[in-house]
Amino acid sequence: MDTSRRLFLQAGAAVGGGLMLGFGVRTDAAATAVTLTDYVVVAADGSVTVMAKNPEIGQGAKTMLPMLIAEEMDLPWSSVRIETAASDPKRYGPQFAGGSMTTTMNWLPMRQVGAAARWMLIAAAAQKTGAPHDAFATADGQVIHTPSGKRFTYGALAADAAKISPPKLDDLPLKDPKAFTLIGQSKAGYDSPKIVRGEPIFGIDMTLPGMVYAVYVKSPVYGARLISCDLTAVKAARGVRDAFILKGTDWHGLQDGIAVIADSWWYAQTAREQLKPVWDEAAGAAHDSLAYLEQAKQLVKGRGEVKLSRGDADGALAGAAKTLSAFYEVPFLAHVPMEPQNCTARVTADGVEIWAPTQNPNSGGELVARTLGIAPEKVVVHMRRSGGGFGRRLENDYMAEAAAIAQKAGAPVKLVWSREDDIAYDYFRPGCYHQLRAGIDGDGRLSVYDCHSVTFARDGKVAQGASIEGNAFAPLVTPNFRLTQSLIPSTVPTGYLRAPTSNAIAFVHESFWDEIAHAAGQDPVAFRLAQLDAHAGDKADYNPGRMRRVLAAVAERANWGQAALPKGEGMGVATYFSHRGYFAEIAHVRVADDGQWRVVKVWAVGDVGSHIINPTGAYNQVEGSIMDGIGSMEASITFEKGRAVQTNFQDIPMMRMPKAPQIDAHFLTSDSPPTGLGEPALPPILPAVANAIFAATGIRIRKLPLLPEEIAAGRRVA
Amino acid sequence: MLTLNINGKPRQLDVLEDMPLLWALRDVLDLKGTKFGCGVAQCGACTVHVDGEATRACVTPVGTVLDAKITTIEGVAASPQGKALQAAWLDLDVMQCGYCQAGQIMTAAALLARTPKPDDTAIDDAMEGNLCRCATYKRIRAAIKTASGQSADDRREA
Repeated sequence: MDTSRRLFLQAGAAVGGGLMLGFGVRTDAAATAVTLTDYVVVAADGSVTVMAKNPEIGQGAKTMLPMLIAEEMDLPWSSVRIETAASDPKRYGPQFAGGSMTTTMNWLPMRQVGAAARWMLIAAAAQKTGAPHDAFATADGQVIHTPSGKRFTYGALAADAAKISPPKLDDLPLKDPKAFTLIGQSKAGYDSPKIVRGEPIFGIDMTLPGMVYAVYVKSPVYGARLISCDLTAVKAARGVRDAFILKGTDWHGLQDGIAVIADSWWYAQTAREQLKPVWDEAAGAAHDSLAYLEQAKQLVKGRGEVKLSRGDADGALAGAAKTLSAFYEVPFLAHVPMEPQNCTARVTADGVEIWAPTQNPNSGGELVARTLGIAPEKVVVHMRRSGGGFGRRLENDYMAEAAAIAQKAGAPVKLVWSREDDIAYDYFRPGCYHQLRAGIDGDGRLSVYDCHSVTFARDGKVAQGASIEGNAFAPLVTPNFRLTQSLIPSTVPTGYLRAPTSNAIAFVHESFWDEIAHAAGQDPVAFRLAQLDAHAGDKADYNPGRMRRVLAAVAERANWGQAALPKGEGMGVATYFSHRGYFAEIAHVRVADDGQWRVVKVWAVGDVGSHIINPTGAYNQVEGSIMDGIGSMEASITFEKGRAVQTNFQDIPMMRMPKAPQIDAHFLTSDSPPTGLGEPALPPILPAVANAIFAATGIRIRKLPLLPEEIAAGRRVA
Repeated sequence: MLTLNINGKPRQLDVLEDMPLLWALRDVLDLKGTKFGCGVAQCGACTVHVDGEATRACVTPVGTVLDAKITTIEGVAASPQGKALQAAWLDLDVMQCGYCQAGQIMTAAALLARTPKPDDTAIDDAMEGNLCRCATYKRIRAAIKTASGQSADDRREA
């Protein structure tokens, strides 16, 4: 076999640039498996290893992506072995877990990858028998010569197939969806048997021979610089091998700090108490959540920058029969994935190897190269299973730290952050503030929607994850619309939390929409349906028809408006379009006299296109998104003197078993190609719950976190 | 040199008695199924059994469990409850990221050992200390019921 041959094909990726597919033969005297392509390795026993190109963070990519390949190859699922691909964008295209993009970007290309492997196996059978290509079919991991019924296993054909020139991906016929046997069938998570046995598959479980453990101590104040730190005491602490200072290079990566290296992580973590670093914290020390709120209240009185405008908002407000005005407040949030940030790094003369839980392995490798001042091709990143991501691991700062520490330590290093580190050094979901106004005309129709949003800035621009644009519904259906933006400069690092932007502004806009419906004297479902109907023919990114269907369906499933509820209970509705997915959700909430609230049941209907590829994973994502969203309504991160006040889980309420609601989730399909489910079910649940609390109590929720004492106080006032 | 009884076997380790059991298991004995989540007994990811009781290993110094029988996720299949829970977790495809699930299974196994057929309230009470950031609570509840031979339905008043 010709081991030097590597054939590359340009495949038309649906989104995000071309997919480069490597085809070729890897020979290994000891190996009985044949590498058919970069994605498919066929063993002599017929088992087929399929590569999952993107990180697994709990969103199910490791199981779902190979399903697409196996479907087109007609592989029996029981014969499929799955491996996580190397981080290598030249072979696999962009590899990341973000934006609910894995399905959107790979629905077509991964099926093409499977169809190409199938084509090569058929070509090998054709060559072997002299029969024409179209005389063959495939089923159950075998090529079948249709006229004779003679069967060839993939294992028997693989060595010959690997020598065959691969087809052009764009020309390959794909399966008729009616013939799908895997897509649409529930397949349990591929790694799950290892998880229930406690096998070491997560990033934090990595070990290497001669490995030492590290903590990295930074200032809790953002933007601080290290002036000095005496290391004598820490170096003498038990179990400690070394300690040293590193200078920061990048707010996305290595920042000033002190590394402590020890024989066990706990020794390093204990020894860090001995450090008495001297920081220059002047840059961040003035930053404070209360100051931010005061700035926001001043800013919304001014003019701001108009981001989107239609019609004449001021004129319509002046001419409205009835106007509403409300100020909404949303806090900063932390990501807190269950697995704390960690990374194992080995630096040798040949280069750097990284093992990490990451959502963004390609950019992580580039960051490590920049940090160490070496060529990017000298960095190899191994993707380990991530114990959650939620957007936090789009940043690879812990990777830069581990690499810099390992370079200086002269041994492989596993860096593990404490939970306190994880919260202190997050790239937080930024808070935001919104002054909303609406006008209703004499016929009870909404005539104007005006929103002045205040968000955060870094280096004079909207900070990462701090956009307040993207609410598609209001500008579409309102004749006079205006969105204005003002910025507060901040030193706090910000980033992307699951359903970024939408997770904050859906609460704001869909709660205010409920206020408008009530002010107009209309049922909140009927009010939305009427507006969607009025714009049913509009052609935009936002398809009113798809939203109308999911809203009507969820109202029916929840028996909306059909039953009188006991005192203290109510139902609320919201819709939201994000990450290409349409979701309508209804929450049934029970509020006690002391303001304690619980969501007892949620109904959700979503439309994410033509197929639900792996239903068990899809429902799990919807259920988890809804519970995550409800849990987030009680949480906040606040800042005093430039640092986060909250330090561990005792300060951050999250969804736990007793408050977990019952959930009725349902999908409608539509003609569009399938899109992702990591995020779009989350945004509408927050306003649905807030609107349900209004229905239950008459108290309008305009501020998160949603504190029981504030509901109770509101009741006393009411 | 200390000796711990882990999953039915004596294991020797050379650490000080105040090292938390979590780090002795993970870094010294290479039993990595027990997970680090918070270090302050707030999340339950590190749950093991100490003489059958669900215990947070992150705040349990090894010196306090030298005479105890310790079971970790790697050994939970030896009990009928543990085996049934592992099977139910797989049948119902509970996991998303999976990081907390060893702790969830350990807490659930201790619950079933003392309450063979827990109702929803008993499940709420036992499981409240185990955080699942992916919020797979619906399936965790159903899996505990399935493993204990009950209908998987959520019977809480809705």
